[in-house]
Amino acid sequence: MMNNSGASAAGSSSGSGEGQAPRRNSKRPKYSRFTQQELPACKPILTPRWVISVFTLVGIIFVPIGLVSLMASRDVVEIVDRYDSACVPPNMTDDKVAYAQNAAIDKTCTRILKVPKDMDQPIYVYYQLDNFYQNHRRYVKSRNDEQLMSAKKANDSSGCDPEATTGNGTIVPCGLIAWSLFNDTYSFIHGNKNITVNKHNISWKSDRDHKFGKDVYPKNFQNGALIGGAKLDPKKSLSEQEDLIVWMRTAALPTFRKLYGRIEVDLKANDTITVTLKNNYNTYSFNGKKKLVLSTTSWLGGKNDFLGIAYLTVGGLCFFLATAFTVVYLVKPRKLGDPSYLSWNRNPQGH
Amino acid sequence: MSYHIFQSARAQIYSIPFYLTTLGPPLPSLSVPFSRNPRPHSPLRGSARVRSPETSHPARRSSPAAAWRICVIIERNASQSMMKRFVYINDDSSQDSYCDNRISNRKYTLLNFLPKNLWEQFSRFMNQYFLLIACLQLWSLITPVNPASTWGPLIFIFAVSATKEAWDDYNRYLSDKQANEKEVWVVKEGIRKHIQAQDIRIGNIVWLRENDEVPCDLVLIGTSEPQGICYVETAALDGETDLKTRVIPSACIGLAPEQLHKIKGVIECPNPDKDIRRFDGNMRLFPPFIDNDLCPLTINNTLLQSCYLRNTEWACGVAVYTGNETKLGMSRGVPEPKLTAVDAMIDKLTGAIFLFQIVVVIVLGFSGNIWKDTEARKQWYVKYPDEGPWYELLVIPLRFELLCSIMIPISIKVSLDLVKSLYAKFIDWDEEMYDHDTDTPSHAANTAISEDLGQVEYILTDKTGTLTENRMIFRRCCIGGIFYGNENGDALKDAELLNAVAKNVPDVIRFLTIMTICNTVIPVRSNSGAIMYKAQSQDEDALVNAAACLHMVLISKNGNTLEVNFNGSVIQYEILDILEFTSDRKRMSVVVRDCQNEKILLLSKGADEAIFPCAYAGQQIRTSVDAVEQYAQLGLRTLCLGWRELKDDEYEEWSHLFKEASTALFDREWKLAEVCQRLEHDLEILGVTAIEDRLQDGVPETIETLRKSGINFWMLTGDKQNTAIQIALLCNFISSEPKGQLLFINGKTEDEVVRSLERVLLTMRITSSEPKDLAFVVDGWALEVILKQYREAFTELAILSRTAICCRVTPSQKAQLVELLKSCDYRTLAIGDGGNDVRMIQQAHIGVGISGREGLQAARAADYSIGKFRFLKRLILVHGRYSYNRTAFLSQYSFYKSLVICFIQILFSLFSGVSGTSLFNSVSLMAYNVFYTSTPVLTSVLDKDLTEKTVMQHPQILFYCQAGRLLNPSTFAGWFGRSLYHALVVFFISVHAYAGEKCEMEELSMVALSGCIWLQAFVVTLEMNSFTILQHLAIWGNFVAFYVINCIVSTIPSAGMYAIMFRLCKQPSYWITMVLIVAVGMGPVLAIKYFRYTYRSSAINILQQAERSRGIILSMGTLESQLKSVEKDVASLSITQPKNRNPVYEPLLSDSPTATRRSIGSSTFDFFQPSRLSASYSRNCKNN
Repeated sequence: MMNNSGASAAGSSSGSGEGQAPRRNSKRPKYSRFTQQELPACKPILTPRWVISVFTLVGIIFVPIGLVSLMASRDVVEIVDRYDSACVPPNMTDDKVAYAQNAAIDKTCTRILKVPKDMDQPIYVYYQLDNFYQNHRRYVKSRNDEQLMSAKKANDSSGCDPEATTGNGTIVPCGLIAWSLFNDTYSFIHGNKNITVNKHNISWKSDRDHKFGKDVYPKNFQNGALIGGAKLDPKKSLSEQEDLIVWMRTAALPTFRKLYGRIEVDLKANDTITVTLKNNYNTYSFNGKKKLVLSTTSWLGGKNDFLGIAYLTVGGLCFFLATAFTVVYLVKPRKLGDPSYLSWNRNPQGH
Repeated sequence: MSYHIFQSARAQIYSIPFYLTTLGPPLPSLSVPFSRNPRPHSPLRGSARVRSPETSHPARRSSPAAAWRICVIIERNASQSMMKRFVYINDDSSQDSYCDNRISNRKYTLLNFLPKNLWEQFSRFMNQYFLLIACLQLWSLITPVNPASTWGPLIFIFAVSATKEAWDDYNRYLSDKQANEKEVWVVKEGIRKHIQAQDIRIGNIVWLRENDEVPCDLVLIGTSEPQGICYVETAALDGETDLKTRVIPSACIGLAPEQLHKIKGVIECPNPDKDIRRFDGNMRLFPPFIDNDLCPLTINNTLLQSCYLRNTEWACGVAVYTGNETKLGMSRGVPEPKLTAVDAMIDKLTGAIFLFQIVVVIVLGFSGNIWKDTEARKQWYVKYPDEGPWYELLVIPLRFELLCSIMIPISIKVSLDLVKSLYAKFIDWDEEMYDHDTDTPSHAANTAISEDLGQVEYILTDKTGTLTENRMIFRRCCIGGIFYGNENGDALKDAELLNAVAKNVPDVIRFLTIMTICNTVIPVRSNSGAIMYKAQSQDEDALVNAAACLHMVLISKNGNTLEVNFNGSVIQYEILDILEFTSDRKRMSVVVRDCQNEKILLLSKGADEAIFPCAYAGQQIRTSVDAVEQYAQLGLRTLCLGWRELKDDEYEEWSHLFKEASTALFDREWKLAEVCQRLEHDLEILGVTAIEDRLQDGVPETIETLRKSGINFWMLTGDKQNTAIQIALLCNFISSEPKGQLLFINGKTEDEVVRSLERVLLTMRITSSEPKDLAFVVDGWALEVILKQYREAFTELAILSRTAICCRVTPSQKAQLVELLKSCDYRTLAIGDGGNDVRMIQQAHIGVGISGREGLQAARAADYSIGKFRFLKRLILVHGRYSYNRTAFLSQYSFYKSLVICFIQILFSLFSGVSGTSLFNSVSLMAYNVFYTSTPVLTSVLDKDLTEKTVMQHPQILFYCQAGRLLNPSTFAGWFGRSLYHALVVFFISVHAYAGEKCEMEELSMVALSGCIWLQAFVVTLEMNSFTILQHLAIWGNFVAFYVINCIVSTIPSAGMYAIMFRLCKQPSYWITMVLIVAVGMGPVLAIKYFRYTYRSSAINILQQAERSRGIILSMGTLESQLKSVEKDVASLSITQPKNRNPVYEPLLSDSPTATRRSIGSSTFDFFQPSRLSASYSRNCKNN
């Protein structure tokens, strides 16, 4: 129900403006539709028909989208393996932190994964950390983008506290994020063949090109008293250190996955994969979980039922509302704009 | 009381020396020797000083009693010598200690502008808050975002406000300048010169020509008239339109203009005050002018600033008060900055949000510290030091304070300022409020208070020139029982009357004679030969002109002879005596001798109640009484005319008494009245005249419409009670007897006044349930007593009464009444047109000035100036209402959108270790607040919920604004809830859709931000009522702009969000997420809104539906006729029923019982004085 009332309003008012000879120096305000607040306007109101059809329409659109999204998500094959506690030797389960901090202990651990369904390449390898606050304010700010970008700013470590400098000078890359770089490694054996994990192009291209300098090399990295995470190859420029680049894209939530690499072979259902991993990274002190994730992808991304379910629910609710409003409309019709509903038009004797 | 004693004491000081001078040697002005330094070079001065010692002794010796009194006076005098000033006439060198005549209404000077303006701006809580936040942000340890994100907008806002203030002040300066630079004639060094008004110094002699405005307060010393009188129009000062006679002091009588150039002397007068009815001064001229005489001065010897000289060729006077020290300037008062009710409400809501914010900060700060100590220390990668500095405990709470600081939107001030100035522009631009006759458009001088127009509860209006046109026209008459002019409404065109005149019907001729002679009109023959009449009273002017139309033309008045031309023959009369009009006598008479037959006639005219009792016994005055009643009901001003022939000896005898009385020193007025009474009896009542003081066009309709919308009217006028009541009747202000009732508060003594007040109050209380239109009438004197001592009772009366007429009130009393209503927490609007209304206009929440015939005084001081009273309807119902609605939406929306983003930040902090990380980056935050969400909503200035026509037809709808139904804590709670809901929707959908491998910080933040933007677009769309092209442009254009801007920013490598937007736009999941957010966010809102709209509709909704569900062209006709019958009953009810607010408004209230401003006020916030809410009679407890 849209009425274009502007035409009639403008028509009625223009009459008053005419007919007078143009007076000189008149202070009469100049007529324009804007100044007289008479711009043609459409004034939609919430009629039952309009509202009910909107809800129905939303329902009609949402349910198919929900189905498609859900199917896409269901098509994704995902293998998730939590290994942090399983990889601790049985004799050290009481003191996992000590296990993690003891460099002398060999951290190698073997896991066997079973492929539930066929997985077409590329298969993405993620590591997932739980309860790891990359978004902590102290952490998320502890970096220096300029230093990462250009060699000229190598001595600029502002904002990197408390991992800014060592005795030898400025740390490159400085800051807590780089310092705590994830250092578990995985290698995969499929049957008896090694599967190569492609670690190229796992980071964003934009980051490699414009955020991490090609002429910036690690310096004084992990030389301090306390070793945080992985070490970097001082020969490779930062733009080639893709694990670092991925890690430096801080996650917004305490549970996150980061891309480790790609497996570029197809896996068949019921295949077994043997993973040999180095369980170096200490998540035990804060009860964090570590998971290895192998996943295919769809047009919607990884396995995530949320969108599909949400769409189906919303679509359903819209249908419900549309029906409810229709029923109410039919059972208890109410005349729109009846002046007798106006309180001052009601019989005053009643009060 | 003390003031009175002081006043009378001062009066004695001046009167005693005057009497002494008549007895013996003169007494010099008592304090001249004390306070002035001797000036050796002035010979005049020297002689005055020489005389003083020799003359003072005999005076003290005159009698012991007198000596004692003088001692007392001297003592008082000494203590009050501070209260006097001495004005040396025509003496430029001596007056430097007083200010010049520069009028200044400016607030700032160039030097103090910056500090004063900053100080003023920072006196608002919001600004202090933003400054604090901005300062805190400079501490990099705690700031989540770049300090520039607050400093930039802050500086911008302050610059905008300061610029606006500067501009306003500049305009004030310009208008002052115009007044200051007006050219006036002033005597300087014995020569008359043309100088600017601002250069007038005290003691200067100012010459005025006819129709000149008096530039400062003058003591009259010379006029063109031989009798030493001149006429002034004081309308701009006190609102009285009749011309007043001013006389030159006795000392100056007979001075030739050349002498006036050289005159020297001293005037002793009180220090400036604002009492326009009193001036107690003395004047002494120096030789060679009349020696030895100390001449008393009264208000009758003065010409006050802003009066106009009329009917007098020239006049001159000595400036005694100048600049802002004139009587008018003193009563102008200092304008306070006005704060609208909406602003106050916004401030309160801001305060509430601030408290909420503090709570959030404390809770989050606490838990943040706890989390830090328990969890974060285990997180080795965060590397918390074991020992922090002492302030470490404060860091997290302060961080949250900064994070939450956006809860109070910094943009709201800018947005509000912007839209407010646009509201004002709309008023300026409005063609329908343009007055063709005077070529004046409406103007909003104060751009900040348009919303208040929609919330007005009381209108206090001036009468003369505001309601009326200030033009009197003779309309009807009744002569000897025959009505003329009843058919066509104009007696001058009534053939019967013309016939009667032609036939020389004796009664008619006599009637015309009285109309022509019984007055103080002065005929003046202009150069072209036409006769012009100069009348003190507009009524007399109307009568004489009417008589002239009926061939009885007053030709000349020379001394005591008077010539009338009747149908070509000249008749001469000799005026023997004039029995003047006073407000007590309410009649005037003249005694004339007809030169043809030597008969002595008494001709009288006056109010009916003053004339009828004087009729001779047995006369049939029935028809005249009927005529008066009939005319009064038509709202015409009536005068009864009567006459009697006097016997020579009767007159001789009386004349003697009259002369005696007119020279009496004490109680002259009373004595004269008594003597007049002796002559004015046994009159033959000839008939009744009816004069129309034309109301301005549309006044009754305007008042009726506005009263229907629930606004109460008070009339405050300086005019007489009868006139005020007549006009009130005429313009639907009050109803005549059967329907309405007038209650008078009057009395001669204080006791009588009090008793009458109590009686009226009692009547009000009893009859408040009856369907009767009660109004009370009070005059200035009674009001003074009441306001001084019985304020409480009067306040109760004010609350009970919808209508009041206050007559003969002074400007400051008008202001006091406004203040009284303000103290009852009513929104008041004062409307007036003269300088006497300026204080009330400034005092009221809204001052409206009519830029009319009484000059621009009021219009200049007012917040709004309009050309005609009838524009008030449009000003309130259209502009006020729209402004209120728009601001209500805009302000709440501003809070809503800030709260959304803030809640998201808070939710995020729960997922980021309560460490105070900001999800959004500085640029996004700033752009969100200042740009993305501010622009679309600005187009709400074009939003119209109902068309202007509908509002005019249903003025009752204004109640929503008056009661603050669209902006109050409960509506705000709705917006608050919505913001919380939307924040939850946006955050959780983003987090779930972008979980796992996709939860990169920048991406997630952009997803959440775009979710907000999508929602905002739909929220604004849903809340907007009408869409013009501009709205569409703003809403959807902003939407596009968001993407364009973010894409552009995404191309900058150094930006944090480099490449983010491009990545997102390529992901289908991003778009799907957006649609989901909109559907989940808006679905329930739409459903609830629809349900309310259809099944719990407010009156606004119903009218919207009525307006739009039918075709516009078709609907207006049918709807109108449909409604008309209903409305007729309502209209009559609403006028007759003082309590009609109940039937009208209770149902509105029952829709949402907590929605009125007041009921909420008592429960949630202590906004209003509890006394008022507890008062059982309070009309505004609408749910009684």
